[in-house]
Amino acid sequence: MLARHYIGESWKHGLLIIGALIVLIPFYMMVSMSLKSQQEIQSISGGLVGAQEIQTFPVCTKHGYTEEVCTMRPYKYNFWFAFKKAPIPRYLMNGLIVTVSIFLIQVLIALPCSYALAKLRFKGREFVFSMVLFCLLIPVHAIALPLYVMLAKAGLVDTYAALIIPWTISVFGIFLMRQFFMTVPDELIDAARMDGMGEYSIVWKVMLPVAIPALLAFAIFSVVAHWNDYFWPRIVITGNRDLFTPPLGIREFRGGIDSDEFGPMMASIVTVTVPLIVAFIIAQKRFVEGITMTGMK
Amino acid sequence: MGTISLKNINKSFGSTEVLKQLSLDIQDGEFLTLVGPSGCGKSTLLKIIAGLEQQNSGDVIIDDKNVNSTRASKRDLAMVFQSYALYPHLTVRKNLETPLKLRDYSFVERLPLVGNFVPSRKEKKKSIDDLVFKTSETLKITELLDRKPGQLSGGQRQRAALGRAMVREPVAFLMDEPLSNLDAALRVHMRSELSELHNSLKTTFIYVTHDQAEALTMSTRMAVMIDGELLQLDTPSEVYNNPSSLRVAEFVGSPKINTFDAEIRSDGFAEFNGIRLEKKFNTNSQKALVAVRPEHLEITKDSNKPAFEAKVSYKENLGSDIFYHVQVDQSDSKIIVRGSPQAGLISNGETIKICPSHSEAMLFEISGERIR
Repeated sequence: MLARHYIGESWKHGLLIIGALIVLIPFYMMVSMSLKSQQEIQSISGGLVGAQEIQTFPVCTKHGYTEEVCTMRPYKYNFWFAFKKAPIPRYLMNGLIVTVSIFLIQVLIALPCSYALAKLRFKGREFVFSMVLFCLLIPVHAIALPLYVMLAKAGLVDTYAALIIPWTISVFGIFLMRQFFMTVPDELIDAARMDGMGEYSIVWKVMLPVAIPALLAFAIFSVVAHWNDYFWPRIVITGNRDLFTPPLGIREFRGGIDSDEFGPMMASIVTVTVPLIVAFIIAQKRFVEGITMTGMK
Repeated sequence: MGTISLKNINKSFGSTEVLKQLSLDIQDGEFLTLVGPSGCGKSTLLKIIAGLEQQNSGDVIIDDKNVNSTRASKRDLAMVFQSYALYPHLTVRKNLETPLKLRDYSFVERLPLVGNFVPSRKEKKKSIDDLVFKTSETLKITELLDRKPGQLSGGQRQRAALGRAMVREPVAFLMDEPLSNLDAALRVHMRSELSELHNSLKTTFIYVTHDQAEALTMSTRMAVMIDGELLQLDTPSEVYNNPSSLRVAEFVGSPKINTFDAEIRSDGFAEFNGIRLEKKFNTNSQKALVAVRPEHLEITKDSNKPAFEAKVSYKENLGSDIFYHVQVDQSDSKIIVRGSPQAGLISNGETIKICPSHSEAMLFEISGERIR
């Protein structure tokens, strides 16, 4: 009886493990390739970390460095050369500036909007909300061209503004926060009004702290989407390397004399991905905490 | 000080009328309970007094000042909510400080960082700290001041919510079913504490509840509201013993009052179930309703007394009292009779004789008005 129960359970876990492997294998490949030498990558040998033999890297010497400088262990070389070849810290900085500004402005706009949609009674509220839902259906790619033209006319192409402005109003954020605010009891808002808070104070001093768990969920969506976004930066950043976001930066490793050298390329991808994964793990912990901590009822 | 009067208040949500021409005068320092079944508009009325809801027409007058267009926070009232509505992210201390800071600090003083440099803030902060401490002492929550609402039990949250209302020293307290989230034992305990608090503060309390036991035990006067209308406003004992209409009589009192169809005889005496009430009533109707509370029906063995027979179908033993649900022989109506445990248990199915108290029986028109 018990054994049969375990067999019944185990196939579900088997299926989940296969699914997890499909997702994780590319990550494994990325990490492994960022550590191994070119020969090991091409011959698919060496396991996760490779032999790590000290060697001289030909691509490096081709770039004009001395042989002495170009002799080291593969893992060190991959990361060292990735940072030599492209200004990765600058790209990471750009990514940070863009994602953080987008998220902050999105919150600044979404919170009052969703508060009004969830808790204030006014004529046309349902209509406005249905427009929000409608906007959720519009794919970015459909409006990319008009947006680009608008930004170009305003002379904003090749600026941070071009990367940030189109994303500042997040209908998804408004929708998500509205759904969350619907669950906040009206009495809390009434209590704040009795205490003498105005509507804006209520949004920032009562609703915002209460909504931290939902905001974290939204932050994960927003930051991941805009950190990883390749499409939009590719359109509005036409040449200025100083404005490249991490995905545009990775593209630098394509093409040219050393286009098939995967080690440094993968090293740069690891560098770009790690901040996201760390941020996600931290947020996830706070996220669960946030949900269990809410002492609303 | 704390007189509140409502004049011809009307309120409707869409096409549903919630309050109909409601007028009410609340005296300074009284404990007034608004009681009625759920959906009768009592919470809406409270919100109108508080200023959280705007009436369609009519006036709210606090201390001889018309406050129709005054914001909720400027009316100098404090409210305690059913779900306590404490700020979940702030400690109890901060929860108590919030209304005071919002009232006493100027805009600049409220600013983070910058506010610290305004010299007048220090004094105000001191007086706020004193008030918070004094209030927490009164409510015995001093040791809870640094906890967050999530870490408190129901009763403690209730006290904290009371504290947040008390620190403002308002002209009146508005309470919206504040005890209904507590368990039965705590509720009874908090009832007496609230009454004591009212006695010591001597402030006007307006208390909304659907629980008539709370209304009967705590209030100096109770206002019975049904379907958006104020049916009776009087002391609890007067409402219980002398209801103005059948609806009030049926709402107040547990178990519910018993009603019987009665005929008015030509000599003015009412007769029901073969019993002539020894009391003259002033009415022209032929038919009426007699209402008698369960404790005013006596189970008798004396065959000389005028009584009617009924069969016990179910009994509720509460220890101090036993309520018999009985089936009256002539009709198919069920009534409830109170018996004392000393008289011995009567088993189900047994036939008993019931004799009503003539002085306590009340007569109502079929439409529900009281006939005196």
